[in-house]
Amino acid sequence: MMRSSDGIVRMVTLEARTLVPRDSAVPGKRRALRRAPFYFVIPAAALYAFVVLWPSIQGVGFAFTDWNGLDPHKTFVGLKEFTKVFQDAQALSALGHSLLLALGITVSQNVIGLLLALGVNSRIKTRNVLRVFLFAPAVITPVAAAFLWQYMLNPSGIVNEIFRLVGLKDFQPSWMGDPNLVLLSIGVIVVWEYSGYSMVIYLAGLQGINQEVIEASYVDGAGAFRRFWSIVRPELAPAITINVMLAVIASLKLFDQVQVTTGGGPGYASETLSTIIYKNIFQFSQFGYGVALAVVLTVCVTIVSVAQYRVLGRQNKGD
Amino acid sequence: MITVGLIFLLPLYVLVNQSLKAPSDLSDPLAPVTKPTLVNYSDAWQEGDLGHALLTSALVTICSVLVLVIISALAAYPLARSTRRWSSITFYAFMIGLLLPFQLALVPLYVTMRDLHLLGTPWSLVLFYSGHLAPFSIFLYSGFLRAQSIEYEEAAAVDGAGTWQTFWRVVFPLLRPVTGTVIILNVLNIWNDFFTPLLYLSGSPNTTVPVALYSFVGEFVSRWNLVFAGLVISIAPILLIYFLMQRTIIKGFSSGLKG
Repeated sequence: MMRSSDGIVRMVTLEARTLVPRDSAVPGKRRALRRAPFYFVIPAAALYAFVVLWPSIQGVGFAFTDWNGLDPHKTFVGLKEFTKVFQDAQALSALGHSLLLALGITVSQNVIGLLLALGVNSRIKTRNVLRVFLFAPAVITPVAAAFLWQYMLNPSGIVNEIFRLVGLKDFQPSWMGDPNLVLLSIGVIVVWEYSGYSMVIYLAGLQGINQEVIEASYVDGAGAFRRFWSIVRPELAPAITINVMLAVIASLKLFDQVQVTTGGGPGYASETLSTIIYKNIFQFSQFGYGVALAVVLTVCVTIVSVAQYRVLGRQNKGD
Repeated sequence: MITVGLIFLLPLYVLVNQSLKAPSDLSDPLAPVTKPTLVNYSDAWQEGDLGHALLTSALVTICSVLVLVIISALAAYPLARSTRRWSSITFYAFMIGLLLPFQLALVPLYVTMRDLHLLGTPWSLVLFYSGHLAPFSIFLYSGFLRAQSIEYEEAAAVDGAGTWQTFWRVVFPLLRPVTGTVIILNVLNIWNDFFTPLLYLSGSPNTTVPVALYSFVGEFVSRWNLVFAGLVISIAPILLIYFLMQRTIIKGFSSGLKG
Protein backbone atom coordinates (compact mmCIF):
# COMPACT_ATOMS: atom_id res chain seq x y z
CA MET A 1 0.00 0.00 0.00
CA MET A 2 1.35 3.33 -0.93
CA ARG A 3 1.07 5.59 2.03
CA SER A 4 1.67 8.65 0.06
CA SER A 5 1.22 10.76 3.08
CA ASP A 6 3.99 9.15 5.08
CA GLY A 7 6.97 10.69 3.37
CA ILE A 8 5.60 14.21 3.18
CA VAL A 9 4.97 14.17 6.86
CA ARG A 10 8.20 12.52 7.81
CA MET A 11 10.11 15.33 6.25
CA VAL A 12 7.93 18.08 7.57
CA THR A 13 7.73 16.47 11.00
CA LEU A 14 11.39 17.09 11.45
CA GLU A 15 10.51 20.75 11.28
CA ALA A 16 7.43 20.27 13.40
CA ARG A 17 8.69 22.68 15.97
CA THR A 18 7.27 25.47 13.87
CA LEU A 19 3.81 23.99 14.23
CA VAL A 20 3.72 24.05 17.99
CA PRO A 21 2.42 27.39 19.22
CA ARG A 22 4.61 29.69 21.20
CA ASP A 23 3.18 32.02 23.81
CA SER A 24 4.75 35.11 22.34
CA ALA A 25 3.09 34.51 19.00
CA VAL A 26 -0.35 36.03 19.26
CA PRO A 27 -1.78 38.33 21.89
CA GLY A 28 -5.05 37.22 23.40
CA LYS A 29 -4.06 33.60 23.25
CA ARG A 30 -4.82 33.06 26.89
CA ARG A 31 -8.54 33.37 26.43
CA ALA A 32 -8.55 30.76 23.69
CA LEU A 33 -6.54 28.47 25.94
CA ARG A 34 -9.54 27.94 28.14
CA ARG A 35 -11.60 27.08 25.09
CA ALA A 36 -9.24 24.33 23.97
CA PRO A 37 -9.38 21.85 26.78
CA PHE A 38 -7.14 18.88 27.26
CA TYR A 39 -9.86 16.27 27.06
CA PHE A 40 -10.40 16.96 23.36
CA VAL A 41 -7.33 14.90 22.56
CA ILE A 42 -8.41 11.92 24.61
CA PRO A 43 -10.38 10.00 21.95
CA ALA A 44 -7.60 10.30 19.38
CA ALA A 45 -4.87 9.66 21.93
CA ALA A 46 -6.64 6.59 23.30
CA LEU A 47 -7.16 5.00 19.90
CA TYR A 48 -3.65 5.89 18.82
CA ALA A 49 -2.03 4.49 21.95
CA PHE A 50 -4.10 1.34 21.71
CA VAL A 51 -3.48 0.72 18.02
CA VAL A 52 0.00 2.11 17.45
CA LEU A 53 2.06 2.99 20.51
CA TRP A 54 1.44 0.12 22.89
CA PRO A 55 1.58 -2.65 20.25
CA SER A 56 4.77 -1.16 18.80
CA ILE A 57 6.43 -1.24 22.19
CA GLN A 58 5.22 -4.80 22.70
CA GLY A 59 6.51 -5.61 19.23
CA VAL A 60 9.99 -4.49 20.00
CA GLY A 61 9.77 -6.67 23.08
CA PHE A 62 8.82 -9.78 21.09
CA ALA A 63 11.88 -9.36 18.95
CA PHE A 64 13.92 -10.49 21.91
CA THR A 65 12.06 -13.80 22.25
CA ASP A 66 11.69 -16.89 20.13
CA TRP A 67 7.93 -16.96 20.33
CA ASN A 68 6.07 -18.99 17.74
CA GLY A 69 2.72 -17.34 18.28
CA LEU A 70 0.84 -20.37 19.56
CA ASP A 71 2.72 -21.63 22.55
CA PRO A 72 1.99 -19.33 25.50
CA HIS A 73 5.58 -19.68 26.66
CA LYS A 74 8.04 -17.15 25.37
CA THR A 75 11.69 -17.50 26.14
CA PHE A 76 13.81 -14.45 26.38
CA VAL A 77 16.72 -15.03 24.04
CA GLY A 78 18.35 -11.67 23.97
CA LEU A 79 19.73 -10.69 20.63
CA LYS A 80 19.56 -14.18 19.15
CA GLU A 81 16.72 -13.30 16.78
CA PHE A 82 18.64 -10.29 15.54
CA THR A 83 21.78 -12.27 14.84
CA LYS A 84 19.62 -14.76 12.98
CA VAL A 85 18.69 -11.96 10.62
CA PHE A 86 22.27 -11.54 9.54
CA GLN A 87 22.73 -15.27 9.05
CA ASP A 88 19.57 -15.77 7.06
CA ALA A 89 20.47 -15.72 3.38
CA GLN A 90 16.92 -15.12 2.29
CA ALA A 91 16.43 -12.19 4.64
CA LEU A 92 19.68 -10.64 3.54
CA SER A 93 18.82 -11.02 -0.12
CA ALA A 94 15.37 -9.57 0.59
CA LEU A 95 17.11 -6.60 2.16
CA GLY A 96 19.24 -6.29 -0.96
CA HIS A 97 16.16 -6.48 -3.17
CA SER A 98 14.41 -3.78 -1.19
CA LEU A 99 17.41 -1.47 -1.43
CA LEU A 100 17.78 -2.17 -5.14
CA LEU A 101 14.10 -1.53 -5.76
CA ALA A 102 14.26 1.65 -3.72
CA LEU A 103 17.15 2.93 -5.80
CA GLY A 104 15.72 1.95 -9.17
CA ILE A 105 12.19 3.08 -8.51
CA THR A 106 13.20 6.39 -6.96
CA VAL A 107 15.47 7.36 -9.82
CA SER A 108 13.15 6.24 -12.62
CA GLN A 109 10.01 7.61 -11.06
CA ASN A 110 11.56 10.99 -10.44
CA VAL A 111 13.20 11.32 -13.82
CA ILE A 112 10.03 10.34 -15.61
CA GLY A 113 7.91 12.44 -13.28
CA LEU A 114 10.10 15.47 -13.87
CA LEU A 115 10.07 15.03 -17.63
CA LEU A 116 6.30 14.64 -17.56
CA ALA A 117 5.97 17.75 -15.42
CA LEU A 118 8.14 19.78 -17.78
CA GLY A 119 6.08 18.54 -20.70
CA VAL A 120 2.73 19.19 -19.08
CA ASN A 121 3.78 22.57 -17.76
CA SER A 122 4.50 23.82 -21.26
CA ARG A 123 1.10 22.85 -22.62
CA ILE A 124 -1.23 25.40 -21.22
CA LYS A 125 -4.41 24.32 -22.95
CA THR A 126 -4.30 20.63 -22.25
CA ARG A 127 -2.57 20.87 -18.90
CA ASN A 128 -5.49 19.86 -16.71
CA VAL A 129 -6.57 16.95 -18.87
CA LEU A 130 -3.02 15.63 -19.06
CA ARG A 131 -2.60 15.98 -15.33
CA VAL A 132 -5.75 13.98 -14.66
CA PHE A 133 -4.77 11.22 -17.08
CA LEU A 134 -1.22 10.87 -15.87
CA PHE A 135 -2.16 10.89 -12.19
CA ALA A 136 -4.97 8.34 -12.59
CA PRO A 137 -2.80 5.23 -12.15
CA ALA A 138 -1.90 6.44 -8.67
CA VAL A 139 -5.43 6.14 -7.33
CA ILE A 140 -6.07 2.62 -8.60
CA THR A 141 -5.72 -0.11 -6.04
CA PRO A 142 -2.12 -1.32 -6.27
CA VAL A 143 -3.43 -4.88 -6.31
CA ALA A 144 -5.41 -4.18 -9.48
CA ALA A 145 -2.51 -2.43 -11.15
CA ALA A 146 -0.22 -5.32 -10.30
CA PHE A 147 -2.58 -7.91 -11.80
CA LEU A 148 -3.06 -5.84 -14.92
CA TRP A 149 0.66 -5.59 -15.49
CA GLN A 150 1.20 -9.24 -14.71
CA TYR A 151 -1.14 -9.98 -17.59
CA MET A 152 0.67 -7.62 -19.90
CA LEU A 153 4.11 -8.90 -18.93
CA ASN A 154 3.18 -12.52 -19.59
CA PRO A 155 5.62 -14.09 -22.07
CA SER A 156 2.83 -14.24 -24.62
CA GLY A 157 1.33 -10.96 -23.50
CA ILE A 158 1.08 -7.47 -24.83
CA VAL A 159 4.52 -6.16 -23.96
CA ASN A 160 6.22 -8.95 -25.86
CA GLU A 161 3.69 -8.55 -28.64
CA ILE A 162 4.72 -4.94 -29.03
CA PHE A 163 8.32 -6.01 -29.31
CA ARG A 164 7.27 -8.42 -32.06
CA LEU A 165 5.40 -5.68 -33.84
CA VAL A 166 8.40 -3.36 -33.94
CA GLY A 167 10.55 -6.10 -35.37
CA LEU A 168 12.33 -7.44 -32.28
CA LYS A 169 10.88 -10.88 -32.80
CA ASP A 170 13.42 -12.70 -30.71
CA PHE A 171 13.29 -10.42 -27.72
CA GLN A 172 10.58 -12.23 -25.80
CA PRO A 173 11.74 -12.50 -22.22
CA SER A 174 9.75 -13.99 -19.40
CA TRP A 175 9.40 -10.79 -17.47
CA MET A 176 8.07 -12.15 -14.23
CA GLY A 177 9.35 -15.69 -14.47
CA ASP A 178 13.00 -14.91 -14.95
CA PRO A 179 14.72 -14.34 -11.60
CA ASN A 180 16.98 -11.76 -13.22
CA LEU A 181 14.11 -9.73 -14.63
CA VAL A 182 11.46 -10.01 -11.98
CA LEU A 183 12.66 -7.07 -9.88
CA LEU A 184 12.80 -4.93 -13.01
CA SER A 185 9.23 -5.90 -13.84
CA ILE A 186 8.00 -5.01 -10.39
CA GLY A 187 9.85 -1.73 -10.65
CA VAL A 188 8.07 -0.98 -13.92
CA ILE A 189 4.69 -1.57 -12.32
CA VAL A 190 5.41 0.79 -9.45
CA VAL A 191 6.94 3.47 -11.65
CA TRP A 192 3.90 3.34 -13.93
CA GLU A 193 1.62 3.81 -10.96
CA TYR A 194 3.41 6.68 -9.30
CA SER A 195 5.23 8.70 -11.94
CA GLY A 196 2.11 10.79 -12.21
CA TYR A 197 2.29 11.40 -8.51
CA SER A 198 5.87 12.65 -8.72
CA MET A 199 4.84 14.69 -11.71
CA VAL A 200 2.15 16.46 -9.73
CA ILE A 201 4.58 17.49 -7.03
CA TYR A 202 7.07 18.74 -9.61
CA LEU A 203 4.29 20.62 -11.37
CA ALA A 204 3.43 22.38 -8.15
CA GLY A 205 7.08 23.32 -7.81
CA LEU A 206 7.38 24.48 -11.39
CA GLN A 207 4.37 26.70 -11.09
CA GLY A 208 6.01 28.48 -8.20
CA ILE A 209 8.92 29.65 -10.30
CA ASN A 210 9.12 33.33 -10.95
CA GLN A 211 8.25 33.83 -14.61
CA GLU A 212 10.27 37.03 -14.93
CA VAL A 213 13.49 35.21 -14.26
CA ILE A 214 12.61 32.72 -16.98
CA GLU A 215 11.81 35.49 -19.45
CA ALA A 216 15.02 37.30 -18.62
CA SER A 217 16.93 34.16 -19.43
CA TYR A 218 15.36 34.07 -22.88
CA VAL A 219 16.53 37.64 -23.44
CA ASP A 220 20.00 36.72 -22.30
CA GLY A 221 20.05 33.96 -24.91
CA ALA A 222 20.23 31.02 -22.53
CA GLY A 223 19.61 27.60 -24.07
CA ALA A 224 16.94 25.25 -22.75
CA PHE A 225 19.34 23.06 -20.84
CA ARG A 226 21.12 26.00 -19.27
CA ARG A 227 17.82 27.47 -18.26
CA PHE A 228 16.78 24.25 -16.64
CA TRP A 229 20.02 23.66 -14.82
CA SER A 230 20.65 27.12 -13.42
CA ILE A 231 17.17 28.46 -12.81
CA VAL A 232 14.62 25.69 -12.65
CA ARG A 233 16.59 23.04 -10.82
CA PRO A 234 17.44 25.07 -7.71
CA GLU A 235 13.81 26.19 -7.45
CA LEU A 236 12.74 22.58 -7.58
CA ALA A 237 14.97 21.56 -4.70
CA PRO A 238 12.10 21.19 -2.15
CA ALA A 239 10.05 19.21 -4.67
CA ILE A 240 13.02 16.96 -5.35
CA THR A 241 13.55 16.41 -1.64
CA ILE A 242 9.96 15.47 -0.99
CA ASN A 243 9.68 13.26 -4.04
CA VAL A 244 12.86 11.37 -3.34
CA MET A 245 11.95 10.79 0.29
CA LEU A 246 8.46 9.62 -0.55
CA ALA A 247 9.70 7.26 -3.23
CA VAL A 248 12.48 5.75 -1.16
CA ILE A 249 10.36 5.14 1.90
CA ALA A 250 7.42 3.73 -0.01
CA SER A 251 9.56 1.43 -2.12
CA LEU A 252 11.49 0.16 0.90
CA LYS A 253 8.15 -0.91 2.38
CA LEU A 254 6.73 -2.28 -0.88
CA PHE A 255 4.39 -5.19 -0.27
CA ASP A 256 1.13 -5.34 -2.22
CA GLN A 257 2.44 -5.50 -5.75
CA VAL A 258 5.05 -8.10 -4.94
CA GLN A 259 2.84 -10.33 -2.85
CA VAL A 260 -0.02 -10.60 -5.31
CA THR A 261 2.07 -11.21 -8.41
CA THR A 262 5.12 -13.23 -7.51
CA GLY A 263 4.70 -13.81 -3.79
CA GLY A 264 8.42 -13.30 -3.52
CA GLY A 265 9.26 -15.72 -6.31
CA PRO A 266 10.41 -17.22 -8.52
CA GLY A 267 12.18 -18.96 -5.67
CA TYR A 268 13.17 -16.03 -3.50
CA ALA A 269 14.17 -13.74 -6.34
CA SER A 270 11.69 -11.00 -5.62
CA GLU A 271 11.38 -11.13 -1.85
CA THR A 272 11.32 -7.73 -0.25
CA LEU A 273 11.62 -6.91 3.42
CA SER A 274 7.87 -6.66 3.79
CA THR A 275 7.15 -9.96 2.06
CA ILE A 276 9.80 -11.84 4.02
CA ILE A 277 8.39 -10.44 7.26
CA TYR A 278 4.95 -11.60 6.19
CA LYS A 279 6.25 -15.08 5.34
CA ASN A 280 8.04 -15.50 8.61
CA ILE A 281 5.14 -14.43 10.72
CA PHE A 282 2.24 -16.03 8.92
CA GLN A 283 3.66 -18.98 7.06
CA PHE A 284 6.57 -20.07 9.18
CA SER A 285 5.02 -19.01 12.49
CA GLN A 286 8.28 -17.43 13.55
CA PHE A 287 6.80 -14.51 15.43
CA GLY A 288 9.89 -13.50 17.33
CA TYR A 289 12.05 -13.62 14.23
CA GLY A 290 9.46 -11.87 12.11
CA VAL A 291 9.28 -8.96 14.48
CA ALA A 292 13.07 -8.79 14.69
CA LEU A 293 13.01 -8.41 10.91
CA ALA A 294 10.41 -5.69 11.30
CA VAL A 295 12.67 -3.87 13.71
CA VAL A 296 15.46 -4.09 11.14
CA LEU A 297 13.09 -2.62 8.57
CA THR A 298 12.22 0.21 10.94
CA VAL A 299 15.87 0.96 11.52
CA CYS A 300 16.57 0.93 7.77
CA VAL A 301 13.72 3.26 6.97
CA THR A 302 14.67 5.63 9.77
CA ILE A 303 18.33 5.72 8.81
CA VAL A 304 17.51 6.32 5.19
CA SER A 305 14.94 9.01 6.00
CA VAL A 306 17.21 10.91 8.34
CA ALA A 307 20.22 10.61 6.04
CA GLN A 308 18.22 11.80 3.08
CA TYR A 309 16.74 14.68 4.96
CA ARG A 310 20.19 15.77 6.05
CA VAL A 311 21.67 15.57 2.57
CA LEU A 312 18.80 17.05 0.62
CA GLY A 313 17.73 19.46 3.33
CA ARG A 314 21.18 20.97 3.33
CA GLN A 315 20.84 21.57 -0.36
CA ASN A 316 17.68 23.54 0.26
CA LYS A 317 19.20 25.74 2.92
CA GLY A 318 22.10 26.49 0.61
CA ASP A 319 19.81 28.61 -1.56
CA MET B 1 2.31 15.33 -25.13
CA ILE B 2 -1.18 13.99 -25.46
CA THR B 3 0.37 10.95 -27.11
CA VAL B 4 2.46 10.41 -24.02
CA GLY B 5 -0.65 10.60 -21.89
CA LEU B 6 -2.40 8.07 -24.08
CA ILE B 7 0.57 5.72 -24.03
CA PHE B 8 0.52 5.95 -20.27
CA LEU B 9 -3.08 4.94 -20.17
CA LEU B 10 -2.57 2.04 -22.58
CA PRO B 11 -2.84 -0.52 -19.78
CA LEU B 12 -6.21 0.90 -18.76
CA TYR B 13 -7.37 0.78 -22.36
CA VAL B 14 -6.39 -2.89 -22.53
CA LEU B 15 -8.21 -3.50 -19.27
CA VAL B 16 -11.53 -2.10 -20.38
CA ASN B 17 -11.17 -3.38 -23.91
CA GLN B 18 -10.62 -6.96 -22.85
CA SER B 19 -13.36 -6.89 -20.26
CA LEU B 20 -15.90 -6.08 -22.93
CA LYS B 21 -14.98 -9.06 -25.11
CA ALA B 22 -16.98 -12.25 -24.85
CA PRO B 23 -15.14 -15.22 -23.31
CA SER B 24 -14.96 -16.87 -26.69
CA ASP B 25 -13.40 -13.81 -28.30
CA LEU B 26 -9.70 -14.53 -28.54
CA SER B 27 -8.75 -11.51 -30.59
CA ASP B 28 -5.56 -9.64 -29.98
CA PRO B 29 -5.69 -7.61 -26.78
CA LEU B 30 -4.66 -4.46 -28.56
CA ALA B 31 -7.41 -4.76 -31.13
CA PRO B 32 -10.52 -2.85 -30.16
CA VAL B 33 -13.56 -4.91 -29.30
CA THR B 34 -15.93 -5.41 -32.21
CA LYS B 35 -18.90 -6.84 -30.39
CA PRO B 36 -18.90 -5.44 -26.89
CA THR B 37 -20.77 -7.44 -24.29
CA LEU B 38 -21.42 -7.07 -20.62
CA VAL B 39 -21.58 -10.78 -19.88
CA ASN B 40 -18.21 -10.70 -18.14
CA TYR B 41 -19.45 -8.06 -15.78
CA SER B 42 -22.50 -9.95 -14.68
CA ASP B 43 -20.46 -13.13 -14.30
CA ALA B 44 -17.78 -11.38 -12.32
CA TRP B 45 -20.31 -9.75 -10.07
CA GLN B 46 -21.97 -13.03 -9.25
CA GLU B 47 -19.04 -15.39 -9.11
CA GLY B 48 -16.68 -13.05 -7.34
CA ASP B 49 -19.19 -11.88 -4.79
CA LEU B 50 -17.78 -8.45 -5.49
CA GLY B 51 -20.95 -6.77 -4.38
CA HIS B 52 -20.34 -7.95 -0.85
CA ALA B 53 -16.75 -6.76 -0.95
CA LEU B 54 -17.80 -3.35 -2.25
CA LEU B 55 -20.27 -3.01 0.59
CA THR B 56 -17.74 -4.04 3.21
CA SER B 57 -15.11 -1.69 1.80
CA ALA B 58 -17.64 1.11 1.77
CA LEU B 59 -18.72 0.37 5.33
CA VAL B 60 -15.16 0.28 6.63
CA THR B 61 -14.14 3.37 4.71
CA ILE B 62 -17.12 5.49 5.70
CA CYS B 63 -17.00 4.54 9.37
CA SER B 64 -13.25 4.96 9.63
CA VAL B 65 -13.23 8.32 7.90
CA LEU B 66 -16.10 9.55 10.05
CA VAL B 67 -14.26 8.60 13.22
CA LEU B 68 -10.99 10.01 11.91
CA VAL B 69 -12.43 13.37 10.99
CA ILE B 70 -14.08 13.81 14.35
CA ILE B 71 -11.28 12.67 16.63
CA SER B 72 -8.56 14.37 14.60
CA ALA B 73 -10.29 17.72 14.41
CA LEU B 74 -11.06 17.51 18.13
CA ALA B 75 -7.50 16.60 19.01
CA ALA B 76 -5.98 19.20 16.71
CA TYR B 77 -7.84 22.01 18.41
CA PRO B 78 -5.97 22.08 21.71
CA LEU B 79 -2.76 20.98 20.02
CA ALA B 80 -2.89 23.96 17.72
CA ARG B 81 -4.04 26.51 20.25
CA SER B 82 -2.57 25.57 23.57
CA THR B 83 0.93 26.63 24.47
CA ARG B 84 1.27 24.49 27.54
CA ARG B 85 3.93 21.84 27.63
CA TRP B 86 1.58 18.86 27.58
CA SER B 87 0.37 20.12 24.26
CA SER B 88 3.70 19.97 22.48
CA ILE B 89 4.61 16.66 24.08
CA THR B 90 1.34 15.13 22.93
CA PHE B 91 1.85 16.52 19.46
CA TYR B 92 5.28 14.94 19.13
CA ALA B 93 3.93 11.68 20.51
CA PHE B 94 1.42 11.65 17.67
CA MET B 95 4.06 12.49 15.09
CA ILE B 96 6.19 9.54 16.18
CA GLY B 97 3.39 7.38 14.86
CA LEU B 98 4.18 8.60 11.36
CA LEU B 99 7.74 7.33 11.56
CA LEU B 100 6.95 3.85 12.83
CA PRO B 101 6.36 1.22 10.15
CA PHE B 102 3.23 -0.72 10.86
CA GLN B 103 5.12 -4.01 10.94
CA LEU B 104 6.32 -3.28 14.46
CA ALA B 105 2.85 -3.22 15.93
CA LEU B 106 1.63 -5.90 13.55
CA VAL B 107 1.87 -9.03 15.66
CA PRO B 108 0.87 -7.64 19.06
CA LEU B 109 -2.10 -5.85 17.56
CA TYR B 110 -3.17 -8.98 15.71
CA VAL B 111 -3.08 -10.90 18.95
CA THR B 112 -5.09 -8.20 20.71
CA MET B 113 -7.70 -8.24 17.98
CA ARG B 114 -7.87 -12.00 18.24
CA ASP B 115 -8.35 -11.86 21.98
CA LEU B 116 -11.07 -9.25 21.61
CA HIS B 117 -12.85 -11.50 19.09
CA LEU B 118 -12.73 -8.72 16.54
CA LEU B 119 -10.87 -10.70 13.90
CA GLY B 120 -12.99 -11.39 10.88
CA THR B 121 -15.27 -8.43 11.49
CA PRO B 122 -15.06 -5.08 9.69
CA TRP B 123 -14.79 -3.35 13.08
CA SER B 124 -11.24 -4.57 13.54
CA LEU B 125 -10.39 -2.54 10.45
CA VAL B 126 -12.28 0.53 11.59
CA LEU B 127 -10.43 0.37 14.90
CA PHE B 128 -7.10 -0.08 13.14
CA TYR B 129 -7.51 2.75 10.67
CA SER B 130 -8.86 5.15 13.30
CA GLY B 131 -5.77 4.72 15.41
CA HIS B 132 -3.26 4.33 12.63
CA LEU B 133 -4.28 7.22 10.39
CA ALA B 134 -5.07 9.65 13.19
CA PRO B 135 -1.59 11.20 13.40
CA PHE B 136 -1.57 12.29 9.81
CA SER B 137 -5.05 13.76 9.97
CA ILE B 138 -4.17 15.55 13.19
CA PHE B 139 -1.09 16.87 11.47
CA LEU B 140 -3.15 18.29 8.61
CA TYR B 141 -5.75 19.83 10.90
CA SER B 142 -3.38 21.39 13.39
CA GLY B 143 -1.18 22.81 10.66
CA PHE B 144 -4.15 24.51 9.09
CA LEU B 145 -5.68 25.64 12.34
CA ARG B 146 -2.43 27.08 13.57
CA ALA B 147 -2.47 29.50 10.67
CA GLN B 148 -6.04 30.60 11.27
CA SER B 149 -6.80 33.77 13.12
CA ILE B 150 -8.03 33.33 16.64
CA GLU B 151 -10.48 36.18 16.43
CA TYR B 152 -13.51 34.09 15.61
CA GLU B 153 -13.00 31.99 18.67
CA GLU B 154 -12.47 35.04 20.83
CA ALA B 155 -15.62 36.61 19.47
CA ALA B 156 -17.53 33.46 20.31
CA ALA B 157 -16.10 33.51 23.81
CA VAL B 158 -17.15 37.11 24.26
CA ASP B 159 -20.65 36.14 23.15
CA GLY B 160 -20.67 33.60 25.93
CA ALA B 161 -20.27 30.43 23.91
CA GLY B 162 -19.17 27.36 25.82
CA THR B 163 -16.24 25.17 24.76
CA TRP B 164 -18.24 22.67 22.75
CA GLN B 165 -20.23 25.37 21.04
CA THR B 166 -17.13 27.30 20.14
CA PHE B 167 -15.68 24.21 18.61
CA TRP B 168 -18.63 22.95 16.63
CA ARG B 169 -20.07 26.28 15.54
CA VAL B 170 -16.90 28.22 14.92
CA VAL B 171 -13.79 26.09 14.63
CA PHE B 172 -15.06 23.05 12.79
CA PRO B 173 -16.68 25.00 9.93
CA LEU B 174 -13.41 26.90 9.57
CA LEU B 175 -11.69 23.60 8.99
CA ARG B 176 -13.81 22.70 5.99
CA PRO B 177 -11.04 22.99 3.35
CA VAL B 178 -8.76 20.69 5.29
CA THR B 179 -11.60 18.32 6.07
CA GLY B 180 -11.95 17.82 2.33
CA THR B 181 -8.31 16.86 2.01
CA VAL B 182 -8.43 14.68 5.11
CA ILE B 183 -11.47 12.81 3.84
CA ILE B 184 -10.07 12.21 0.37
CA LEU B 185 -6.61 11.11 1.40
CA ASN B 186 -8.02 8.76 4.02
CA VAL B 187 -10.64 7.33 1.66
CA LEU B 188 -7.93 6.52 -0.86
CA ASN B 189 -5.63 4.98 1.71
CA ILE B 190 -8.33 2.90 3.37
CA TRP B 191 -10.10 1.74 0.21
CA ASN B 192 -6.87 0.67 -1.48
CA ASP B 193 -5.32 -0.99 1.55
CA PHE B 194 -4.53 -4.63 0.96
CA PHE B 195 -2.37 -6.01 3.74
CA THR B 196 -4.36 -5.25 6.88
CA PRO B 197 -7.70 -6.52 5.56
CA LEU B 198 -5.88 -9.59 4.25
CA LEU B 199 -4.64 -10.21 7.76
CA TYR B 200 -7.70 -9.42 9.79
CA LEU B 201 -10.40 -10.78 7.55
CA SER B 202 -8.91 -13.90 6.05
CA GLY B 203 -10.91 -17.01 6.72
CA SER B 204 -14.07 -15.04 7.31
CA PRO B 205 -16.93 -14.29 4.93
CA ASN B 206 -16.10 -10.59 5.11
CA THR B 207 -13.66 -9.11 2.68
CA THR B 208 -12.69 -5.78 1.17
CA VAL B 209 -12.23 -4.97 -2.48
CA PRO B 210 -8.45 -5.42 -2.81
CA VAL B 211 -8.52 -8.73 -0.96
CA ALA B 212 -11.54 -9.97 -2.92
CA LEU B 213 -9.67 -9.09 -6.07
CA TYR B 214 -6.74 -11.18 -4.93
CA SER B 215 -8.91 -14.27 -4.39
CA PHE B 216 -10.91 -13.59 -7.51
CA VAL B 217 -7.88 -13.47 -9.74
CA GLY B 218 -6.44 -16.52 -8.07
CA GLU B 219 -9.60 -18.47 -8.70
CA PHE B 220 -10.21 -17.47 -12.32
CA VAL B 221 -6.64 -17.08 -13.37
CA SER B 222 -6.99 -18.16 -16.97
CA ARG B 223 -10.24 -16.45 -17.73
CA TRP B 224 -8.74 -13.07 -18.28
CA ASN B 225 -11.75 -11.34 -19.76
CA LEU B 226 -13.71 -12.30 -16.69
CA VAL B 227 -10.87 -11.22 -14.42
CA PHE B 228 -10.65 -7.87 -16.14
CA ALA B 229 -14.33 -7.25 -15.71
CA GLY B 230 -13.80 -7.91 -12.03
CA LEU B 231 -10.87 -5.50 -11.99
CA VAL B 232 -12.92 -2.80 -13.65
CA ILE B 233 -15.74 -3.25 -11.15
CA SER B 234 -13.23 -2.95 -8.34
CA ILE B 235 -11.51 0.18 -9.51
CA ALA B 236 -14.61 1.90 -10.88
CA PRO B 237 -15.79 3.45 -7.59
CA ILE B 238 -12.41 4.96 -6.85
CA LEU B 239 -11.88 6.18 -10.41
CA LEU B 240 -15.32 7.72 -10.38
CA ILE B 241 -14.61 9.62 -7.20
CA TYR B 242 -11.24 10.58 -8.62
CA PHE B 243 -12.57 12.06 -11.83
CA LEU B 244 -15.25 13.94 -10.00
CA MET B 245 -12.94 15.40 -7.41
CA GLN B 246 -9.56 15.35 -9.08
CA ARG B 247 -8.74 18.94 -8.47
CA THR B 248 -9.11 18.57 -4.71
CA ILE B 249 -7.34 15.24 -4.68
CA ILE B 250 -4.33 16.45 -6.58
CA LYS B 251 -4.22 19.57 -4.49
CA GLY B 252 -4.33 17.43 -1.38
CA PHE B 253 -1.40 15.32 -2.52
CA SER B 254 0.75 18.23 -3.55
CA SER B 255 -0.08 20.36 -0.55
CA GLY B 256 2.73 18.61 1.23
CA LEU B 257 5.07 20.73 -0.82
CA LYS B 258 3.92 23.90 0.86
CA GLY B 259 3.36 22.17 4.19
